Amino acid sequence: MEEGLLHAVQGFMYPNEVELQWSILIVLYPFTTGLVAGAFILASLERVFNVQAVKPTYRLALLSALAFLLVAPLPLQLHLGHPERSLEMYLTPHTSSAMAMFGFIYLWYLMGVLVLEIWLDYRKDMVLLARSETGWKKTLYRVLTLGVDNISEESLRIDDKLGRFITIVGIPSAFLLHGYVGFIFGSVKANPWWSTPVMPIVFLFSAIVSGIALVLLMYMLVCFLKGISIDMPCVDTIARYLMYAFLIDFSLEMLDLIHRIYEADESFKSLDFMAHTQLYTSQIIVQIIFGTIVPISMLAFIQVVKLSEAARKGIYVLAGLLTLMGIFAMRWNVVIGGQLFSKSFLGYTTYKMAFATKEGLLPAILLMILPFGILWVLVKVLPPFEEEKAAV
Amino acid sequence: MNRFLKDKEHLVRMAALFAVGVVLFLILKAVLVPKGFGVYGHYRAGALADNRVRAPRFAGRSACIECHTDERDAWKGGKHAGVGCEACHGALAKHAEDPSASNAFKPDPKTICFTCHLTNAAKPRKFPQIDPKNHFDGGACNGCHSPHAPDKEPKK
Repeated sequence: MEEGLLHAVQGFMYPNEVELQWSILIVLYPFTTGLVAGAFILASLERVFNVQAVKPTYRLALLSALAFLLVAPLPLQLHLGHPERSLEMYLTPHTSSAMAMFGFIYLWYLMGVLVLEIWLDYRKDMVLLARSETGWKKTLYRVLTLGVDNISEESLRIDDKLGRFITIVGIPSAFLLHGYVGFIFGSVKANPWWSTPVMPIVFLFSAIVSGIALVLLMYMLVCFLKGISIDMPCVDTIARYLMYAFLIDFSLEMLDLIHRIYEADESFKSLDFMAHTQLYTSQIIVQIIFGTIVPISMLAFIQVVKLSEAARKGIYVLAGLLTLMGIFAMRWNVVIGGQLFSKSFLGYTTYKMAFATKEGLLPAILLMILPFGILWVLVKVLPPFEEEKAAV
Repeated sequence: MNRFLKDKEHLVRMAALFAVGVVLFLILKAVLVPKGFGVYGHYRAGALADNRVRAPRFAGRSACIECHTDERDAWKGGKHAGVGCEACHGALAKHAEDPSASNAFKPDPKTICFTCHLTNAAKPRKFPQIDPKNHFDGGACNGCHSPHAPDKEPKK
Protein backbone atom coordinates (compact mmCIF):
# COMPACT_ATOMS: atom_id res chain seq x y z
CA MET A 1 0.00 0.00 0.00
CA GLU A 2 1.33 3.40 -0.86
CA GLU A 3 1.63 5.60 2.20
CA GLY A 4 0.56 8.65 0.22
CA LEU A 5 -2.78 7.11 -0.62
CA LEU A 6 -3.74 6.75 3.02
CA HIS A 7 -4.70 10.45 3.10
CA ALA A 8 -7.51 9.55 0.71
CA VAL A 9 -8.93 6.93 3.05
CA GLN A 10 -11.73 7.57 5.48
CA GLY A 11 -12.52 4.92 8.12
CA PHE A 12 -11.35 1.37 7.66
CA MET A 13 -10.26 -0.05 4.31
CA TYR A 14 -8.66 -3.41 3.66
CA PRO A 15 -5.21 -2.90 2.14
CA ASN A 16 -6.27 -4.11 -1.32
CA GLU A 17 -9.18 -1.66 -1.41
CA VAL A 18 -7.23 1.56 -0.90
CA GLU A 19 -6.10 2.03 -4.49
CA LEU A 20 -8.68 1.69 -7.27
CA GLN A 21 -7.69 -0.93 -9.81
CA TRP A 22 -10.30 -0.03 -12.43
CA SER A 23 -9.68 3.47 -13.70
CA ILE A 24 -11.44 5.86 -16.07
CA LEU A 25 -10.41 3.57 -18.95
CA ILE A 26 -12.68 0.88 -17.56
CA VAL A 27 -15.44 3.50 -17.46
CA LEU A 28 -14.91 4.09 -21.18
CA TYR A 29 -15.28 0.43 -22.03
CA PRO A 30 -18.98 0.03 -21.11
CA PHE A 31 -19.63 3.55 -22.40
CA THR A 32 -18.25 2.85 -25.89
CA THR A 33 -19.72 -0.67 -26.20
CA GLY A 34 -23.04 0.82 -25.10
CA LEU A 35 -22.89 3.38 -27.91
CA VAL A 36 -22.18 0.53 -30.36
CA ALA A 37 -25.07 -1.63 -29.18
CA GLY A 38 -27.48 1.32 -29.07
CA ALA A 39 -26.55 2.63 -32.52
CA PHE A 40 -26.92 -0.86 -33.97
CA ILE A 41 -30.31 -1.41 -32.37
CA LEU A 42 -31.53 1.92 -33.80
CA ALA A 43 -30.32 0.84 -37.26
CA SER A 44 -32.13 -2.47 -36.84
CA LEU A 45 -35.42 -0.64 -36.29
CA GLU A 46 -35.42 0.45 -39.89
CA ARG A 47 -34.23 -2.84 -41.30
CA VAL A 48 -36.23 -5.37 -39.35
CA PHE A 49 -39.20 -3.44 -38.04
CA ASN A 50 -39.44 -1.30 -41.16
CA VAL A 51 -39.60 2.09 -39.42
CA GLN A 52 -39.24 4.23 -42.55
CA ALA A 53 -38.96 7.50 -40.64
CA VAL A 54 -35.51 6.67 -39.25
CA LYS A 55 -34.18 5.46 -42.62
CA PRO A 56 -31.95 8.55 -43.22
CA THR A 57 -29.88 7.56 -40.19
CA TYR A 58 -29.65 3.83 -40.94
CA ARG A 59 -26.21 3.86 -42.54
CA LEU A 60 -24.81 6.55 -40.28
CA ALA A 61 -25.89 4.47 -37.28
CA LEU A 62 -24.07 1.42 -38.65
CA LEU A 63 -20.91 3.42 -39.39
CA SER A 64 -21.02 5.03 -35.93
CA ALA A 65 -21.38 1.57 -34.38
CA LEU A 66 -18.36 0.34 -36.35
CA ALA A 67 -16.23 3.39 -35.44
CA PHE A 68 -16.93 2.94 -31.74
CA LEU A 69 -16.60 -0.84 -31.84
CA LEU A 70 -13.10 -0.53 -33.31
CA VAL A 71 -12.13 1.69 -30.37
CA ALA A 72 -14.03 -0.25 -27.66
CA PRO A 73 -11.27 -2.77 -26.79
CA LEU A 74 -8.47 -0.16 -26.76
CA PRO A 75 -9.12 1.07 -23.20
CA LEU A 76 -8.96 -2.55 -22.05
CA GLN A 77 -5.64 -3.08 -23.80
CA LEU A 78 -4.20 0.11 -22.37
CA HIS A 79 -5.39 -0.95 -18.94
CA LEU A 80 -3.81 -4.38 -19.33
CA GLY A 81 -0.51 -2.91 -20.47
CA HIS A 82 1.96 -5.55 -21.67
CA PRO A 83 1.53 -5.02 -25.42
CA GLU A 84 3.45 -8.26 -25.98
CA ARG A 85 0.66 -10.31 -24.49
CA SER A 86 -2.47 -8.16 -24.09
CA LEU A 87 -3.56 -9.40 -27.54
CA GLU A 88 -4.06 -12.80 -25.96
CA MET A 89 -7.42 -11.61 -24.65
CA TYR A 90 -8.76 -12.15 -28.17
CA LEU A 91 -6.88 -15.37 -28.74
CA THR A 92 -7.61 -17.29 -25.56
CA PRO A 93 -11.31 -16.80 -24.91
CA HIS A 94 -12.74 -19.12 -22.31
CA THR A 95 -16.20 -19.98 -21.06
CA SER A 96 -15.17 -20.31 -17.42
CA SER A 97 -15.27 -16.56 -16.76
CA ALA A 98 -17.45 -13.76 -18.05
CA MET A 99 -14.43 -11.55 -18.65
CA ALA A 100 -12.61 -14.26 -20.59
CA MET A 101 -15.60 -14.49 -22.96
CA PHE A 102 -14.62 -11.14 -24.46
CA GLY A 103 -12.72 -12.64 -27.41
CA PHE A 104 -15.75 -14.62 -28.58
CA ILE A 105 -18.26 -11.85 -28.15
CA TYR A 106 -16.17 -9.05 -29.62
CA LEU A 107 -14.96 -10.89 -32.71
CA TRP A 108 -18.41 -12.32 -33.40
CA TYR A 109 -20.07 -8.95 -33.18
CA LEU A 110 -17.41 -7.12 -35.19
CA MET A 111 -16.86 -9.63 -37.98
CA GLY A 112 -19.98 -11.78 -37.97
CA VAL A 113 -22.49 -8.96 -37.65
CA LEU A 114 -21.39 -5.39 -38.14
CA VAL A 115 -18.75 -5.58 -40.89
CA LEU A 116 -20.83 -8.06 -42.87
CA GLU A 117 -24.01 -6.02 -42.61
CA ILE A 118 -22.26 -2.79 -43.66
CA TRP A 119 -20.55 -4.57 -46.53
CA LEU A 120 -23.78 -6.05 -47.87
CA ASP A 121 -25.62 -2.75 -47.53
CA TYR A 122 -22.89 -0.74 -49.28
CA ARG A 123 -21.98 -3.27 -51.94
CA LYS A 124 -24.02 -1.61 -54.67
CA ASP A 125 -22.55 1.81 -53.84
CA MET A 126 -19.06 0.42 -53.74
CA VAL A 127 -19.46 -1.20 -57.15
CA LEU A 128 -20.80 2.06 -58.60
CA LEU A 129 -17.97 4.02 -57.01
CA ALA A 130 -15.43 1.51 -58.33
CA ARG A 131 -16.84 2.14 -61.79
CA SER A 132 -16.88 5.93 -61.55
CA GLU A 133 -13.77 6.71 -59.50
CA THR A 134 -10.21 6.76 -60.80
CA GLY A 135 -6.74 6.13 -59.41
CA TRP A 136 -6.27 4.81 -55.87
CA LYS A 137 -9.90 5.34 -55.01
CA LYS A 138 -10.92 2.98 -57.79
CA THR A 139 -8.47 0.39 -56.45
CA LEU A 140 -9.81 0.89 -52.92
CA TYR A 141 -13.40 0.29 -53.99
CA ARG A 142 -12.36 -2.65 -56.18
CA VAL A 143 -10.72 -4.22 -53.13
CA LEU A 144 -13.75 -3.47 -50.97
CA THR A 145 -16.07 -5.14 -53.50
CA LEU A 146 -13.71 -8.15 -53.53
CA GLY A 147 -13.40 -7.66 -57.29
CA VAL A 148 -17.05 -8.52 -58.00
CA ASP A 149 -18.76 -6.05 -60.33
CA ASN A 150 -22.13 -7.75 -60.37
CA ILE A 151 -25.04 -5.63 -59.14
CA SER A 152 -27.80 -7.46 -60.94
CA GLU A 153 -31.25 -7.32 -59.43
CA GLU A 154 -31.00 -10.91 -58.32
CA SER A 155 -27.63 -10.37 -56.55
CA LEU A 156 -28.97 -7.27 -54.77
CA ARG A 157 -32.08 -9.20 -53.75
CA ILE A 158 -29.86 -11.89 -52.24
CA ASP A 159 -27.81 -9.19 -50.44
CA ASP A 160 -30.95 -7.65 -49.02
CA LYS A 161 -32.27 -11.01 -47.84
CA LEU A 162 -28.96 -11.96 -46.25
CA GLY A 163 -28.59 -8.47 -44.74
CA ARG A 164 -32.00 -8.76 -43.14
CA PHE A 165 -31.07 -12.17 -41.75
CA ILE A 166 -27.81 -10.77 -40.31
CA THR A 167 -29.73 -7.88 -38.71
CA ILE A 168 -32.13 -10.34 -37.12
CA VAL A 169 -29.16 -12.29 -35.76
CA GLY A 170 -27.50 -8.97 -34.94
CA ILE A 171 -30.21 -7.74 -32.57
CA PRO A 172 -29.72 -10.54 -30.02
CA SER A 173 -25.98 -10.15 -30.64
CA ALA A 174 -26.15 -6.46 -29.74
CA PHE A 175 -28.22 -7.37 -26.69
CA LEU A 176 -25.63 -10.01 -25.86
CA LEU A 177 -22.71 -7.60 -26.31
CA HIS A 178 -23.96 -5.07 -23.86
CA GLY A 179 -25.95 -7.35 -21.60
CA TYR A 180 -22.67 -9.20 -21.26
CA VAL A 181 -20.84 -6.06 -20.12
CA GLY A 182 -23.56 -5.54 -17.50
CA PHE A 183 -23.28 -9.18 -16.51
CA ILE A 184 -19.56 -8.75 -15.76
CA PHE A 185 -20.50 -6.24 -13.07
CA GLY A 186 -23.81 -7.76 -11.99
CA SER A 187 -22.23 -11.13 -11.35
CA VAL A 188 -19.61 -9.89 -8.87
CA LYS A 189 -21.30 -11.24 -5.74
CA ALA A 190 -18.63 -9.76 -3.48
CA ASN A 191 -19.64 -6.24 -4.45
CA PRO A 192 -23.13 -5.17 -3.33
CA TRP A 193 -22.98 -2.00 -5.46
CA TRP A 194 -22.75 -4.17 -8.58
CA SER A 195 -24.29 -7.48 -7.68
CA THR A 196 -27.84 -7.36 -8.97
CA PRO A 197 -29.53 -9.43 -11.66
CA VAL A 198 -31.01 -6.18 -13.05
CA MET A 199 -27.53 -4.94 -14.00
CA PRO A 200 -27.36 -6.52 -17.50
CA ILE A 201 -30.78 -5.17 -18.44
CA VAL A 202 -30.04 -1.73 -16.98
CA PHE A 203 -26.81 -1.67 -18.98
CA LEU A 204 -28.66 -2.75 -22.08
CA PHE A 205 -31.33 -0.07 -21.89
CA SER A 206 -28.85 2.63 -21.00
CA ALA A 207 -26.82 1.44 -24.00
CA ILE A 208 -29.86 1.81 -26.26
CA VAL A 209 -30.43 5.30 -24.84
CA SER A 210 -26.83 6.42 -25.37
CA GLY A 211 -26.66 4.89 -28.87
CA ILE A 212 -29.86 6.62 -29.98
CA ALA A 213 -28.63 9.94 -28.55
CA LEU A 214 -25.29 9.50 -30.34
CA VAL A 215 -26.90 8.80 -33.72
CA LEU A 216 -29.31 11.72 -33.25
CA LEU A 217 -26.41 14.08 -32.58
CA MET A 218 -24.16 12.63 -35.29
CA TYR A 219 -26.94 12.87 -37.88
CA MET A 220 -27.55 16.53 -37.05
CA LEU A 221 -23.81 17.25 -37.01
CA VAL A 222 -23.09 15.52 -40.32
CA CYS A 223 -26.07 17.29 -41.94
CA PHE A 224 -24.79 20.61 -40.61
CA LEU A 225 -21.22 19.99 -41.83
CA LYS A 226 -22.34 18.79 -45.25
CA GLY A 227 -24.97 21.53 -45.61
CA ILE A 228 -27.77 18.96 -46.02
CA SER A 229 -31.19 19.87 -44.62
CA ILE A 230 -32.17 17.83 -41.58
CA ASP A 231 -35.08 15.44 -42.13
CA MET A 232 -37.32 16.63 -39.30
CA PRO A 233 -39.79 13.68 -39.23
CA CYS A 234 -36.69 11.49 -38.87
CA VAL A 235 -35.18 13.35 -35.90
CA ASP A 236 -38.65 13.73 -34.33
CA THR A 237 -39.09 9.95 -34.50
CA ILE A 238 -35.60 9.25 -33.15
CA ALA A 239 -36.20 11.70 -30.29
CA ARG A 240 -39.46 9.91 -29.49
CA TYR A 241 -37.67 6.55 -29.39
CA LEU A 242 -35.01 8.13 -27.23
CA MET A 243 -37.66 9.22 -24.76
CA TYR A 244 -39.32 5.78 -24.68
CA ALA A 245 -36.01 3.97 -24.20
CA PHE A 246 -35.01 6.51 -21.56
CA LEU A 247 -38.27 6.04 -19.65
CA ILE A 248 -37.74 2.27 -19.55
CA ASP A 249 -34.10 2.73 -18.53
CA PHE A 250 -34.97 5.23 -15.81
CA SER A 251 -37.80 3.02 -14.50
CA LEU A 252 -35.45 0.05 -14.27
CA GLU A 253 -32.82 2.08 -12.44
CA MET A 254 -35.38 3.48 -10.05
CA LEU A 255 -36.80 -0.01 -9.51
CA ASP A 256 -33.33 -1.18 -8.55
CA LEU A 257 -32.89 1.83 -6.26
CA ILE A 258 -36.28 1.45 -4.55
CA HIS A 259 -35.63 -2.25 -4.12
CA ARG A 260 -32.30 -1.50 -2.46
CA ILE A 261 -33.80 1.14 -0.17
CA TYR A 262 -36.72 -1.08 0.86
CA GLU A 263 -34.60 -4.19 1.29
CA ALA A 264 -31.92 -2.18 3.18
CA ASP A 265 -29.54 -5.11 3.55
CA GLU A 266 -26.26 -4.95 5.47
CA SER A 267 -24.56 -2.92 2.74
CA PHE A 268 -27.27 -0.28 2.53
CA LYS A 269 -26.02 2.22 5.14
CA SER A 270 -22.58 2.25 3.59
CA LEU A 271 -23.83 2.65 0.01
CA ASP A 272 -26.39 5.24 1.07
CA PHE A 273 -23.67 7.24 2.78
CA MET A 274 -21.57 7.08 -0.37
CA ALA A 275 -24.46 8.27 -2.56
CA HIS A 276 -24.88 11.24 -0.23
CA THR A 277 -21.20 12.16 -0.07
CA GLN A 278 -18.60 11.13 -2.61
CA LEU A 279 -21.02 10.14 -5.36
CA TYR A 280 -23.51 12.92 -4.70
CA THR A 281 -22.37 15.13 -7.58
CA SER A 282 -21.78 12.41 -10.15
CA GLN A 283 -24.85 10.33 -9.26
CA ILE A 284 -27.58 12.61 -7.98
CA ILE A 285 -26.72 15.85 -9.78
CA VAL A 286 -25.05 14.73 -13.03
CA GLN A 287 -26.60 11.33 -13.66
CA ILE A 288 -30.10 11.52 -12.25
CA ILE A 289 -31.05 15.20 -12.41
CA PHE A 290 -29.16 16.69 -15.38
CA GLY A 291 -28.43 13.43 -17.19
CA THR A 292 -31.85 11.80 -16.92
CA ILE A 293 -34.75 13.85 -15.56
CA VAL A 294 -33.90 17.03 -17.50
CA PRO A 295 -33.48 15.36 -20.94
CA ILE A 296 -36.58 13.16 -20.41
CA SER A 297 -38.58 16.26 -19.45
CA MET A 298 -37.28 18.14 -22.50
CA LEU A 299 -38.19 15.27 -24.82
CA ALA A 300 -41.60 14.86 -23.15
CA PHE A 301 -42.24 18.62 -23.44
CA ILE A 302 -41.84 18.40 -27.21
CA GLN A 303 -44.46 15.63 -27.33
CA VAL A 304 -47.12 17.84 -25.76
CA VAL A 305 -46.21 21.34 -26.96
CA LYS A 306 -45.87 22.19 -30.64
CA LEU A 307 -42.57 24.00 -31.17
CA SER A 308 -40.85 25.45 -34.22
CA GLU A 309 -38.25 23.42 -36.12
CA ALA A 310 -35.38 25.53 -34.85
CA ALA A 311 -36.50 25.18 -31.23
CA ARG A 312 -36.89 21.43 -31.60
CA LYS A 313 -33.42 21.10 -33.12
CA GLY A 314 -31.95 23.09 -30.25
CA ILE A 315 -33.74 20.96 -27.70
CA TYR A 316 -32.65 17.73 -29.42
CA VAL A 317 -29.00 18.81 -29.40
CA LEU A 318 -29.14 19.80 -25.74
CA ALA A 319 -31.13 16.71 -24.70
CA GLY A 320 -28.76 14.46 -26.69
CA LEU A 321 -25.66 15.96 -25.08
CA LEU A 322 -27.18 15.76 -21.59
CA THR A 323 -28.17 12.15 -22.25
CA LEU A 324 -24.63 11.17 -23.25
CA MET A 325 -23.29 12.97 -20.18
CA GLY A 326 -25.84 11.18 -17.97
CA ILE A 327 -25.02 7.73 -19.37
CA PHE A 328 -21.30 8.40 -19.00
CA ALA A 329 -21.95 9.41 -15.39
CA MET A 330 -23.92 6.18 -14.91
CA ARG A 331 -20.91 4.13 -16.14
CA TRP A 332 -18.65 6.20 -13.91
CA ASN A 333 -20.85 5.67 -10.85
CA VAL A 334 -20.98 1.92 -11.46
CA VAL A 335 -17.28 1.38 -12.17
CA ILE A 336 -15.70 3.95 -9.86
CA GLY A 337 -18.49 3.98 -7.25
CA GLY A 338 -18.22 0.23 -6.83
CA GLN A 339 -14.61 0.58 -5.74
CA LEU A 340 -14.91 3.49 -3.32
CA PHE A 341 -16.29 1.62 -0.30
CA SER A 342 -14.81 -1.12 1.84
CA LYS A 343 -16.23 -4.61 1.97
CA SER A 344 -16.18 -4.10 5.74
CA PHE A 345 -18.73 -1.27 5.13
CA LEU A 346 -16.69 0.82 7.56
CA GLY A 347 -14.60 2.96 5.27
CA TYR A 348 -14.24 4.77 1.95
CA THR A 349 -11.41 5.60 -0.38
CA THR A 350 -11.03 8.24 -3.11
CA TYR A 351 -10.33 7.97 -6.82
CA LYS A 352 -7.44 10.19 -7.75
CA MET A 353 -7.35 10.45 -11.52
CA ALA A 354 -3.97 11.02 -13.12
CA PHE A 355 -3.59 13.09 -16.28
CA ALA A 356 -0.84 12.15 -18.74
CA THR A 357 -0.31 8.56 -17.60
CA LYS A 358 -1.23 5.21 -19.12
CA GLU A 359 -4.62 5.24 -17.41
CA GLY A 360 -5.07 8.95 -16.99
CA LEU A 361 -7.48 11.54 -18.31
CA LEU A 362 -5.42 12.35 -21.42
CA PRO A 363 -5.52 8.84 -22.95
CA ALA A 364 -9.23 8.71 -22.03
CA ILE A 365 -9.87 11.96 -23.94
CA LEU A 366 -7.83 10.74 -26.92
CA LEU A 367 -9.71 7.44 -26.94
CA MET A 368 -13.01 9.33 -27.02
CA ILE A 369 -11.84 11.53 -29.92
CA LEU A 370 -10.52 8.58 -31.94
CA PRO A 371 -13.93 7.09 -32.92
CA PHE A 372 -15.00 10.43 -34.35
CA GLY A 373 -11.84 10.45 -36.48
CA ILE A 374 -12.58 6.91 -37.65
CA LEU A 375 -16.19 7.89 -38.37
CA TRP A 376 -15.01 10.86 -40.41
CA VAL A 377 -12.91 8.52 -42.58
CA LEU A 378 -15.76 5.99 -42.84
CA VAL A 379 -18.22 8.69 -43.92
CA LYS A 380 -15.73 9.85 -46.57
CA VAL A 381 -15.20 6.34 -47.93
CA LEU A 382 -18.77 5.12 -47.53
CA PRO A 383 -21.15 8.09 -48.01
CA PRO A 384 -24.18 7.41 -45.83
CA PHE A 385 -26.78 9.65 -47.45
CA GLU A 386 -29.13 9.06 -50.37
CA GLU A 387 -28.45 12.51 -51.87
CA GLU A 388 -24.79 11.69 -52.29
CA LYS A 389 -25.58 8.33 -53.80
CA ALA A 390 -27.74 9.98 -56.41
CA ALA A 391 -24.88 12.28 -57.34
CA VAL A 392 -22.55 9.33 -58.06
CA MET B 1 -20.67 -20.20 -64.30
CA ASN B 2 -24.43 -20.53 -64.19
CA ARG B 3 -26.60 -17.51 -63.48
CA PHE B 4 -27.58 -18.71 -59.99
CA LEU B 5 -24.00 -19.01 -58.79
CA LYS B 6 -22.94 -15.85 -60.64
CA ASP B 7 -25.22 -13.71 -58.49
CA LYS B 8 -23.69 -15.22 -55.38
CA GLU B 9 -20.07 -14.88 -56.45
CA HIS B 10 -19.43 -11.97 -54.08
CA LEU B 11 -20.77 -14.03 -51.19
CA VAL B 12 -18.54 -16.95 -52.12
CA ARG B 13 -15.56 -14.57 -52.12
CA MET B 14 -16.59 -13.09 -48.77
CA ALA B 15 -16.95 -16.60 -47.35
CA ALA B 16 -13.46 -17.41 -48.68
CA LEU B 17 -12.15 -14.23 -47.05
CA PHE B 18 -13.73 -15.28 -43.75
CA ALA B 19 -12.18 -18.72 -44.11
CA VAL B 20 -8.78 -17.05 -44.63
CA GLY B 21 -9.50 -14.91 -41.58
CA VAL B 22 -10.29 -17.96 -39.48
CA VAL B 23 -7.10 -19.71 -40.66
CA LEU B 24 -5.08 -16.54 -39.89
CA PHE B 25 -6.68 -16.40 -36.44
CA LEU B 26 -5.72 -20.02 -35.80
CA ILE B 27 -2.14 -19.39 -37.00
CA LEU B 28 -1.88 -16.28 -34.79
CA LYS B 29 -3.28 -18.28 -31.89
CA ALA B 30 -0.73 -21.04 -32.45
CA VAL B 31 2.14 -18.55 -32.68
CA LEU B 32 1.18 -16.05 -29.99
CA VAL B 33 -0.32 -18.21 -27.27
CA PRO B 34 2.61 -19.37 -25.16
CA LYS B 35 3.55 -23.03 -25.03
CA GLY B 36 2.03 -24.93 -22.15
CA PHE B 37 -1.04 -22.68 -22.00
CA GLY B 38 -4.03 -24.67 -20.72
CA VAL B 39 -2.07 -27.70 -19.46
CA TYR B 40 -3.20 -27.20 -15.84
CA GLY B 41 -5.82 -24.50 -16.31
CA HIS B 42 -6.42 -21.22 -18.13
CA TYR B 43 -2.86 -20.05 -17.69
CA ARG B 44 0.68 -20.79 -18.90
CA ALA B 45 2.08 -23.89 -17.22
CA GLY B 46 5.61 -22.46 -17.45
CA ALA B 47 4.57 -19.60 -15.15
CA LEU B 48 4.80 -22.04 -12.22
CA ALA B 49 8.43 -22.89 -13.00
CA ASP B 50 9.18 -19.16 -13.53
CA ASN B 51 7.85 -18.43 -10.07
CA ARG B 52 9.77 -21.29 -8.49
CA VAL B 53 13.15 -20.07 -9.77
CA ARG B 54 12.67 -16.64 -8.20
CA ALA B 55 14.75 -16.39 -5.03
CA PRO B 56 12.59 -16.23 -1.88
CA ARG B 57 12.74 -12.83 -0.18
CA PHE B 58 11.49 -14.02 3.19
CA ALA B 59 13.60 -16.36 5.33
CA GLY B 60 10.94 -17.36 7.87
CA ARG B 61 11.26 -16.99 11.64
CA SER B 62 12.88 -20.40 12.14
CA ALA B 63 15.91 -18.98 10.30
CA CYS B 64 15.91 -15.79 12.46
CA ILE B 65 15.78 -17.54 15.84
CA GLU B 66 18.69 -19.78 14.97
CA CYS B 67 20.99 -16.84 15.78
CA HIS B 68 18.79 -14.30 17.62
CA THR B 69 18.30 -16.41 20.74
CA ASP B 70 17.62 -13.47 23.15
CA GLU B 71 14.74 -12.28 21.01
CA ARG B 72 13.52 -15.85 20.68
CA ASP B 73 13.39 -16.29 24.48
CA ALA B 74 11.57 -12.99 25.00
CA TRP B 75 9.13 -13.63 22.20
CA LYS B 76 8.30 -17.31 22.92
CA GLY B 77 4.98 -17.84 24.69
CA GLY B 78 4.20 -14.11 24.56
CA LYS B 79 1.35 -12.35 22.84
CA HIS B 80 3.49 -11.63 19.79
CA ALA B 81 4.42 -15.31 19.37
CA GLY B 82 2.11 -15.46 16.37
CA VAL B 83 3.76 -12.48 14.65
CA GLY B 84 6.59 -13.29 12.26
CA CYS B 85 9.90 -11.48 12.72
CA GLU B 86 9.78 -10.21 9.15
CA ALA B 87 6.33 -8.67 9.66
CA CYS B 88 8.12 -5.76 11.40
CA HIS B 89 11.72 -6.16 10.25
CA GLY B 90 11.09 -6.68 6.53
CA ALA B 91 12.07 -9.48 4.14
CA LEU B 92 15.43 -10.89 5.26
CA ALA B 93 16.29 -13.94 3.16
CA LYS B 94 19.57 -12.32 2.08
CA HIS B 95 20.51 -11.53 5.66
CA ALA B 96 19.72 -15.11 6.73
CA GLU B 97 22.00 -16.47 4.04
CA ASP B 98 24.84 -14.09 4.78
CA PRO B 99 24.41 -12.14 8.03
CA SER B 100 27.01 -9.57 6.98
CA ALA B 101 25.29 -8.91 3.64
CA SER B 102 22.40 -6.80 4.85
CA ASN B 103 21.17 -5.61 8.16
CA ALA B 104 17.63 -6.07 9.35
CA PHE B 105 15.31 -3.16 8.83
CA LYS B 106 14.81 -1.30 12.11
CA PRO B 107 11.28 0.00 12.18
CA ASP B 108 10.46 3.41 13.66
CA PRO B 109 9.35 2.62 17.23
CA LYS B 110 7.09 5.73 17.20
CA THR B 111 4.90 4.50 14.32
CA ILE B 112 5.33 0.78 13.67
CA CYS B 113 3.00 -0.32 16.50
CA PHE B 114 0.10 1.70 15.06
CA THR B 115 0.16 -0.48 11.94
CA CYS B 116 -1.76 -3.05 13.99
CA HIS B 117 -2.74 -1.32 17.22
CA LEU B 118 -4.33 1.93 16.05
CA THR B 119 -7.91 2.14 17.36
CA ASN B 120 -10.44 1.10 14.77
CA ALA B 121 -14.08 0.12 15.18
CA ALA B 122 -13.63 -2.76 12.73
CA LYS B 123 -11.17 -4.55 15.02
CA PRO B 124 -12.30 -7.06 17.66
CA ARG B 125 -12.90 -5.46 21.07
CA LYS B 126 -10.42 -7.72 22.80
CA PHE B 127 -7.61 -6.69 20.50
CA PRO B 128 -5.36 -4.09 22.21
CA GLN B 129 -5.93 -0.78 20.48
CA ILE B 130 -4.32 2.58 21.08
CA ASP B 131 -5.86 5.94 20.47
CA PRO B 132 -2.83 8.27 20.09
CA LYS B 133 -4.85 11.17 21.56
CA ASN B 134 -5.09 9.38 24.90
CA HIS B 135 -2.03 7.15 25.03
CA PHE B 136 0.86 8.61 23.16
CA ASP B 137 3.25 11.35 24.21
CA GLY B 138 5.22 11.39 20.98
CA GLY B 139 7.89 9.09 22.33
CA ALA B 140 8.89 5.64 21.17
CA CYS B 141 6.54 2.81 22.18
CA ASN B 142 9.46 0.60 23.08
CA GLY B 143 10.40 3.15 25.77
CA CYS B 144 7.79 1.41 27.95
CA HIS B 145 6.71 -1.71 26.02
CA SER B 146 8.87 -4.55 24.89
CA PRO B 147 7.99 -5.23 21.23
CA HIS B 148 9.08 -8.85 21.44
CA ALA B 149 7.13 -9.58 24.62
CA PRO B 150 4.48 -6.85 25.00
CA ASP B 151 2.40 -8.75 27.61
CA LYS B 152 5.29 -9.00 30.05
CA GLU B 153 5.93 -6.18 32.53
CA PRO B 154 6.41 -2.78 30.88
CA LYS B 155 9.98 -1.53 30.90
CA LYS B 156 10.69 0.95 33.66
